[in-house]
Formats: sequence, C-alpha cells, structure tokens
Amino acid sequence: MEINWKEYDSNNFFDELINEKQEPRAPSKKLVNYLSSLEGDELEKRRLLAEATIQEMGVSFTVYTEEGNIDRAWPFDIIPRTISAADWKIADAGLKQRLNALNLFIDDLYHDQNVIKDGIIPEHIIKESKNFRPECVGISPPFGVWAHICGTDLVRAGEGQFYVLEDNLRVPSGVSYMLENRAITKRVLPELFENDTILPVDDYTSKLFDMLAALSPRDIEVPEIVVLTPGIFNSAYFEHAFLAQQMGAELVEGSDLFVADDDCVYMKTISGPERVDVIYRRIDDLFIDPEAFDPTSVLGVPGLMRAWQKGNVALANAPGAGVADDKVVYAYVPDIIRYYLNEEPILANVETFLCDDPEQREYVLANLDQLVVKPANESGGYGMLVGPHSTKKDQAIFADLIKANPRNYIAQPTLKLSTSPTLVGKGLIEPRHLDLRPFILQSKDTYVTTGGLTRVAMKKGSLVVNSSQGGGSKDTWIVDLEAK
Amino acid sequence: MLSRVAERIYWSARYVERVENIARLVSVYDNMMYDLPKGVDISWYNLVKINGSTELFHERYKVQDEKNVLKFMLEDDTNSSSMLSSLKMVRENIRTTRDVVPEATWELINELDIYARTNIKKGINRSDRHTFLTRIIEGCQTINGLLAGTMSRDATWQFVLLGRNVERSDMTTRVLDAAVSLMLQHQEEERLALAQVLWSKVLKSQSAYLNYRRTVRTSISGAKVARFMLNDAYFPRSVSFCFDEMLLAVNKLPHGDAVLESLNALKEMDFEITSSDDLDMKFRDYLNELQIGIIQLSSNITESWFSFDKGEAA
Repeated sequence: MEINWKEYDSNNFFDELINEKQEPRAPSKKLVNYLSSLEGDELEKRRLLAEATIQEMGVSFTVYTEEGNIDRAWPFDIIPRTISAADWKIADAGLKQRLNALNLFIDDLYHDQNVIKDGIIPEHIIKESKNFRPECVGISPPFGVWAHICGTDLVRAGEGQFYVLEDNLRVPSGVSYMLENRAITKRVLPELFENDTILPVDDYTSKLFDMLAALSPRDIEVPEIVVLTPGIFNSAYFEHAFLAQQMGAELVEGSDLFVADDDCVYMKTISGPERVDVIYRRIDDLFIDPEAFDPTSVLGVPGLMRAWQKGNVALANAPGAGVADDKVVYAYVPDIIRYYLNEEPILANVETFLCDDPEQREYVLANLDQLVVKPANESGGYGMLVGPHSTKKDQAIFADLIKANPRNYIAQPTLKLSTSPTLVGKGLIEPRHLDLRPFILQSKDTYVTTGGLTRVAMKKGSLVVNSSQGGGSKDTWIVDLEAK
Repeated sequence: MLSRVAERIYWSARYVERVENIARLVSVYDNMMYDLPKGVDISWYNLVKINGSTELFHERYKVQDEKNVLKFMLEDDTNSSSMLSSLKMVRENIRTTRDVVPEATWELINELDIYARTNIKKGINRSDRHTFLTRIIEGCQTINGLLAGTMSRDATWQFVLLGRNVERSDMTTRVLDAAVSLMLQHQEEERLALAQVLWSKVLKSQSAYLNYRRTVRTSISGAKVARFMLNDAYFPRSVSFCFDEMLLAVNKLPHGDAVLESLNALKEMDFEITSSDDLDMKFRDYLNELQIGIIQLSSNITESWFSFDKGEAA
C-alpha cells in the first residue's frame, strides 16, 4: 500500500515533515517524495529489515517488571524526522549558552553563592534542594565545569519554535540509541543518504573521549579513562557497554576500583593496579562512595569523593552537578543566563508555575485538569500528572501531594507538542507526538550533537515519550539545504 | 585486562568443563553398570566419593541408591558442584562478561541451561539418560568450539585455557583414583574380571579409547591406561598435556611467576608405574598429592591475577 499524504492530518499540531497545505517542508522534501515513490509492500519490507537489524545488532534496553528485568528490543520507527540546518544552528547556540550558564551557576553555588546574594534565586530553593552536596563546597573542578554531559529535552510547539522542557545534568542516557538509530536507518533507507545532505552524527564518541581526556589530572599522553556502570541489571547497561567499547575504555564496576593510601584511584587489572584518571560515571551521586554517602551502597568506590576532592581523579559529571537538574531551578534558568552571561536566552523555557510560590500554587490547584504537574527531581516520566488525560481522583491525589510538599512540584501548561509521520501499520502513516534530546558536552570546548535522540509517543494522542513508558524513537536528520 | 573480567572468564571455563565432566562421569558409570561381571559389586555411591562430597550427601540423603546419587550429582542446587549448579555459574559468569566473549556465547549457554533444566528428570531416570547426557556434552563442546573458533588469543583467551585445564587435570586424577579404589575394593579373582571392563571405561569416559588404541597399540591394562592418562604428551585430557597448555598460557600473561613455579612443581611430580601392581595405596596417595598441587595452583592463579593487595599501589 502506498502512503496517502492527502489523508495525513496532524490535527493542527506543528508537524515536522508536512506543512498545513499537506506539502512536505523544505528539509523533508526528498524524504517524503521518496517514501511516496515506494511501491506496494516496500515500506513494510523496510520495517521488517529494521526489526531484523535491531535484533542482529543486539540493540536493547531493560525494562523493570514484576517478573524480573527483561531485555527488550529497541522500539524504532523507520521514518526519520527532519530539521533544517538553519533551525538547528539556533538550537545549537542556545544549548551551548544554556550549559555554559548552568556550569557558572553550579560553580557559584559551591563557592560564593553570588546568585543568591544578588537575589536572583531565593536561598531556600537551594537549601532545600535534594541535590545540593555540601561535600562539594569549595571544590574547583577543571575548567570550572561540573556538568560535562548534559541531555537537554527540547520540544517544538506552536509554530515550530523550540522550547527547553528540562535539563538532565545527572546521568543523562540515550546517546547510544541516537547513534544506533542512524546506523539502522542507513541500512534501511540507504538511497536517501546519497541524494540528501544529512549531517553525520557519529563523531559523538570521539568528542566524548576528547572531552573526558581533557579532564585528566595527569598531563600524560594516554590518560586512563573508564566508564563506571552499576552493572548488568541497570536499564542502561547496553549503553554503558556501547560507549566503553566505542571509546576503547574499560567498562568497570565499583568493585573493580579502589582508592589507595595516596588518595588516587586504581583499577584492579591482571597486571596489578593501574591508575585511573577520568571516570565517566553512570551511577547517581549518592551511590558513588559509601564512605561519603550511603554506607550500604555496594555500587560505588570507598574513598572516591576524597580522591576527587584532592583533584586526583576527574568525575564526569562532577558530584553535586545535579543541583541544577531540578525542575524548580529550571524555572530560573533564563534569569541565570542573563545574570552570568549578560545575554538574552536564545532558547525559551516552557512557562512554569512554582508550587512553592503561594500565588502560583493557587493557580495550579485551581487548574489541575489543564496542567502537567511534575515532581522536581524525578526522571523517566515517573510521578507525573498529565491534567487533560487525568481523572478527578488523580487530580485529588496530586492536590494533596502538592499541599504536603509544595517545593517538590512544578506545573506547566499542556504543550502542543509537534508531531511527525510515523508508521503505525502496513503502509499506514499517522502523526505521533515527539520530543528531542540533544547531548551537550563541555570541558575545554563545548560540543552539541547534530540533532539528538528523537523519542516518539507511539500511542495515538499520547504525550509520553519515555521508552520506559512504551515510547519509541526515530532517527533525527539535520538537513543542510545549502550544501551542494 | 580487569581482574574481575579475568576471574569470571576463568570460572566460566572451569564450570563449562565441570558440567561436561559430570555428564561424562555419569554416562560412563551408567554404561559400566550393565557390563559388570558376576560377583563384582559396584555402587553408584562411588560417584559421590570421587567428587569428595560424602559429607554433603549425607546431610541431604539417607539412602545411597542410584536415584539419590543422580539427583545429588545432576540436579541438587544445594550441591554447588552439581551439574545444574555448575551451569548456573557458567551463566552468571558469562552474563557479566558478555562484552569480552563472542556474541553467541550467551545464547548458547542459555539454550543449554534451558535444556538441562527442562529435561533434568531424563538424566535421573534410566530410560532417556544416555540421550540427555550426550546432549549436555555436545552443548559444552559447542561452546568450547565457538570460543576456539572466534576468540582473539589475547589475555582473555589465556584465562579460558587456565580454567579449562585446571578443571580437566583435576578430573582426570579423580577418575583414575576412582578406578584404582574400585580395584582395591575387590579380591584377586574379581579384580581380574573387573579390570577388563573398568579400564576401557576409564578411557571411554575421557574420549581416550581410540587415542589409546592408536598410540599405545597394545592391550588395555591398568598400568598402561594410568600412564597414558597421566603422561601422554598429545592427548588433550592427559594430566601432563593440561599442564603444558597452562604453561603456554601463563607465559603470555604478566607476572605469572608464582603460577609458573607451582606448575613446574606439578610437572616434576612423578610416580613410576611398571606393572598394574603399582596401582596401590601409594599410587592413590600420589594422586591425592597431585590434587592438592592443583588446588595450590588454582589459589596461586587467584592470588596472582584476581585478588588485590592495596599496598602494591602506594
């Protein structure tokens, strides 16, 4: 069955590929025409090829269920989403600006706290932050950078403008899927890569390596870089193994490392102890060092904080960076950018109501059926209320939660998330909502991925894109229309 | 190479070998029981003795019959050396080192584990036992074949060789010891009749029968079988072949001095066998010392590569 674009109706949402006149937008012209040219079951054949490729490449993610953890094949839609290089240039600049300001902010919080003294952000917001680490006060990590790897969720709404939905500064995941999505798409739709100028994404792992290497406390040619994973049962283990392998770094667990009397970190190898310079840790702050934090944790390395505080090892992201990964802090980011950089924010925030503020709280409580309510420190789409899709009972529960702990909740208007054509049956295409997670790296230099990981809500009308909640993903094309 | 990864690979290889050895042992015993001459009485319980687990067996079972012995050897999850326990250990070790072994290893071990669990009753009951055990042995050989055919010969591979050969040499000494102890349990006349059956079964248990025929080229006797199983330089399950394989492996690894030392000491241990009369209590003592030496070797391996003294770092 061929695609019938005439019947495609994005229902007044901004569609990434098709405009209001049911015509392809400039960056998607070749893609849409190509898809239209496919005959009969060709699209279904390509979908099956993608499925087989995912199995072969062993791309999976782990879902926690009552029956134990299951490795699931990565859910993937073969139709890419396109963005013009000109649009992306703005997003790229905006993301760099944002991370730069956030790092200045974190560094300030652990030193003079001018941002509080100057009244930009109320003191109690930071005092009551779950992710402020007193252990980090006075520490100066290399380049003043705390959040080295940031996954910022962007959405397009309204007329196609980008908005920042949230910043993930603790252990953002998903970048391996961005890379695998491209690898799969190249196999499934190879013809398109010949005619279109689709900007490549595969330099991420070498940029990641360079960013990490720049943090090495020892000035040596080959610093020892490791990826620290909580282990095989973690939902992102596939990604940890992938990144370690792609960078040629060791994939280590906490028990593979130790801190010696010289306060340096070593890994236990068959040749004896080998000093470790940089740890890309994929474990949350509170589990990295049982000596400094949770004494019952077996995931981390006793003494790691001590080694880091003395500057003998670099941790990416630095402990305490999560203080800026708080949806209340998020609301202040535009002010933070103006304060530290004296610039206007390039990327807009989504309008946000702080339940901490009595007036805003009243508004939120009165409009729960219209708003999306989010806890300040959860990730993965857990513990949310999506107002328009909720019951009276859900709303009552959230009203109580908000009243009991107002500091922990924010609310945002239900966004008109953009859509993109998605394969939902044999040759059958419907619009589905999506978001985008680019990854930003910062140490000596700053780098933004070309595009990022596009996540798609696979259910009709749904706004929830997290893979742990049944979402899927797509390849993301930044198309350079000017390239000849 | 990380010590943890090395250790898990080492134990994966040991447990694969152990699973295969248990299946071989039970299979040969099963076969032998039907061929025993009149007046020779051999109990299944000897299998428990071979593995040195009499105490644990008595904690679990009152009757020393065929069914209990097979349950204990194959199924029992309180026996850490049972076949299913060993398979579980292979699986756990591979699961956490999937990134350093060929991709299909994980699938193969899962297949074997599922087969063993679903069909374990076949191993315990008599009628399908042969089919079951053959399938297990084949499963182990498939895994070893995959590793041999696709693994890079880096340090990881050397630990596969160490694990496999530690376990294999240990098992060979146990099989010999079991045979000698059976012989010594019987009087002169039965012993002669038993010898004919027993020593060819010993060879078969190690897939050594044809190799022996081609190499030794004379009739089968206890003395010659023992010499072949201990000293043949070409047969992969002979004790000295296992030691030689390990010497090659250790020489490719960093600071293996302590391990080399215990390997060389093991190689020097010798026991002169001129006739089958030499297979006596002294020979059993010798085998016992060999086993102790192998245990020492294994603990040297652990100390040299897997365990850590933090003092070294400072």
